[in-house]
Amino acid sequence: MTLFQHDADFKMDVLREVGNIGAGNAATALSRLLDKPVDMAVPTVSLLPFEEIANRVGGSEAIVVAIFLRVDGDAPGNMFFIITRDSARRLLQGLLSFDSAAGEGEYSELELSALCEIGNILAGSYLSSLGDLTGLYMSPSVPSIAVDMAGAILSFGLLQFGTMGDDALLIDTTFLEGKQEAEGHFFLIPDPESFNKLFRALGVPVE
Amino acid sequence: MTESTIVKVGMADLNVASGGALLRTTGLGSCVGVTLYDPFLKIAGMAHIMLPSSEIAREGQPNLAKYADTAVPELVRRMEAAGADPRRLAAKMAGGAQMFAFAGGSDSMRIGPRNVESTKQALEALRIPLLAEDTGANYGRTVELDSGTGIYVIRSVQFGVKEI
Repeated sequence: MTLFQHDADFKMDVLREVGNIGAGNAATALSRLLDKPVDMAVPTVSLLPFEEIANRVGGSEAIVVAIFLRVDGDAPGNMFFIITRDSARRLLQGLLSFDSAAGEGEYSELELSALCEIGNILAGSYLSSLGDLTGLYMSPSVPSIAVDMAGAILSFGLLQFGTMGDDALLIDTTFLEGKQEAEGHFFLIPDPESFNKLFRALGVPVE
Repeated sequence: MTESTIVKVGMADLNVASGGALLRTTGLGSCVGVTLYDPFLKIAGMAHIMLPSSEIAREGQPNLAKYADTAVPELVRRMEAAGADPRRLAAKMAGGAQMFAFAGGSDSMRIGPRNVESTKQALEALRIPLLAEDTGANYGRTVELDSGTGIYVIRSVQFGVKEI
């Protein structure tokens, strides 16, 4: 599937910058929340077959903690904040400063709620910086959390692309938290119709 | 004991296997893993369905395996081509979960249950009996159909292994 007829490389660069600004603000928010430095990799923008998207976070069957938000407004899309179970545990220790009563790989109601709120804050700062940049109205839905297989979780964010082909465009940013290497991914999957709106708002000529 | 061959079925994909090979698809969320089995010739087929209806397709040449209403007839056609008798086929299915809970969710949030409904309708239209299902709820599943026995194995994070 080719999503962009003209200036595809340039458009991918623009989307990378969109990811950079959004995730940069989210990383700052996370750093303040944890009172620790948070590093961020340069975002990657890629048109990937559905199968390969889950490979970004360890494969279809890898168990991950995912916070999902639907983005409504001028440029709708799906947003995921995905972390490994180890990273989730470390985030919770940093934030709640108590050891979990729940067993290995389990989460108490409070912990799930705290993780959901982290996702909410990060997604909010991602989207509000994107809104400031583009002048578009983007509002996140109430966040929802799942601890399950990556394939099962991510397929939910691919439905809008599903009607068009077997690939989806993904803006992926990796976070690294200091020396602890708590790794997180921010996935933004704009709906196919949203790209032209984003480009127009940023002054990129669209066909 | 020898390792059985595993035939992978990707997302929005379908495949046919026989001779004791295992058909396998991983990470079913709202998607549905529907299988057909000819117990006499031991021919098995599996489709990983993503969306309920091809009416919403906006792609030039729709991927038949992706939509419930096209995947089931296509799977029957492929199994017939492999020698199976369509009158002997029986179905099992799993998946169709609702991975995220939302208050007052929109239509797309209900995609799991809709995939299950459409798959059932497509099976009924071809008069294929549905022997067993493990659908709905809110968790991911990895599934495997043994073409030697017709046993459908479902694995999930919370509930371990289940056979139908």
